[in-house]
Amino acid sequence: MDVLAFYVFGAIAVIASLLVVGQGNPMHSVMLLIVSFGALAGLYVLLDAPFTAVTQIIVYAGAIMVLFLFVVMLLNVPREEPAPPNVSALLGPTGMRLGVVLSLLLGAEILWALGRVGIGWFTQGSSEKSVSSVALIGSGIFLRHAFAFEATSVLILVAMIGAVVLARREHS
Amino acid sequence: MSWVPAPEIIAKLGLIFVVFNMLVLSAAFMVWMERKVCAYIQDRSGPNRVGFEGVLQPFADVIKLLFKEQLKPKAADTILFAIAPIVSTAAAFAAFSVVPFGTEVNPFGLLEHPIPLEITDVNVAVLVIFAITSMGIYGIVLAGWSSNSKYSLLGGLRSAAQMISYELSYGLAMVAVIMMAGSLSLRDIVINQSGTWFGFIPRWYIFLQPLGFLIYLIAGVAETNRAPFDFPEAEQELVAGYHTEYSSMSFAMFFLAEYINMVTVSAVATSLYLGGWLGPILPDWLGWVWFLVKVFLILFFYVWMRWTLPRYRYDQLMEFGWKWLLPVAVLNLFVTAALVLWVG
Repeated sequence: MDVLAFYVFGAIAVIASLLVVGQGNPMHSVMLLIVSFGALAGLYVLLDAPFTAVTQIIVYAGAIMVLFLFVVMLLNVPREEPAPPNVSALLGPTGMRLGVVLSLLLGAEILWALGRVGIGWFTQGSSEKSVSSVALIGSGIFLRHAFAFEATSVLILVAMIGAVVLARREHS
Repeated sequence: MSWVPAPEIIAKLGLIFVVFNMLVLSAAFMVWMERKVCAYIQDRSGPNRVGFEGVLQPFADVIKLLFKEQLKPKAADTILFAIAPIVSTAAAFAAFSVVPFGTEVNPFGLLEHPIPLEITDVNVAVLVIFAITSMGIYGIVLAGWSSNSKYSLLGGLRSAAQMISYELSYGLAMVAVIMMAGSLSLRDIVINQSGTWFGFIPRWYIFLQPLGFLIYLIAGVAETNRAPFDFPEAEQELVAGYHTEYSSMSFAMFFLAEYINMVTVSAVATSLYLGGWLGPILPDWLGWVWFLVKVFLILFFYVWMRWTLPRYRYDQLMEFGWKWLLPVAVLNLFVTAALVLWVG
């Protein structure tokens, strides 16, 4: 039963994610991305982490994608325009070659990392303690990882202030 | 006889069937009550032709809507236009699945173990409601966008902005209760409210969290797009808002979703602040009667408010949400946290 659910959710996530890239209409892409997030949340439930699953829905599918929708609706782009030829250096032959090199590097890096941890790491089964307890997550974040957590929030705050400053800059 | 499912599963399926139909019926009842109360407030009689005092009016409406033609604007986005009402209604129904409405019962002693009166008890129930409600926004936004009409688009945008703004205060009010109960499960929160102070005041959280209850009610009205916060469908400005272009049954689905959302918000308020199914006099297994009474009172309050208060202006709504309700909710949260920490 669990295995079946895993394949169903996994298939939905992969297919929806692929379709996100393949859509001409940005609105459809946003909707498919939400479907993909929903399937991911299903996978989290199967991993015995309902809190993570619900957070995934609230934060990503609920909050962030609504912002995406806002942007798409306000810009009101019915179709993605085809890229004008050679407008950017990245789309020229040099940029493309660079892209190929970068993706090859990424592939090599993944292979190297996989080689280091060994394939046994994936077949170990679930870890000894599931993260379903909200209290456990809370004390983990605010006691053990308090510094990293607060540092991240400061980082996000800085990014927010930066965005506001950039958006409100007067053109003199 | 191994192919016969366990009695527990049959009982659970029966429960789901009952809850689903009760939700539909409650929406029908709300339509009737709204028209009747509105009529009395305006010194009219309201619907009184179909059935006794017009109680069958909502069913007559549904039959009429079913036989109407389904229209679609030529330039509408076909897929999203069809999906939008489904998303709205599905989210409205799903949110109720984690609301408990009674203690454990054993109908006629047929089961080995008594089953709790709720569809499922998740240990993150409050968050589940929150997540499903945030999915409901998409139904409205998609309806607004896919109709390809300026009124619908404005209605959809307003609704999304309003729901995002008030969801924060709504959530913060809930967090205060969660801290006092020490649990995210609605069943545990209700059980924590059992007992009395001095023998006659029930230990409901409304007495410990009066401000939180007020914030929850106000934000709940905004979340369900009801008057005086019904901007998404402000008829004088936007025709009918996001469902301007919808007709027939797809229009009825938005209507159904709106009323079921109201029922859910009231049911959650009952569980969080009014002690859920707990109450005096009645035996334990009839607790759901208390639950229904409390939910009904909140719903009546909603209807009463809608026909009494005029609509706000849009900038007033935003200013109230961000500059008043949110700071008060944060303050309420901090005070509650401090009290829970020091007093216990």
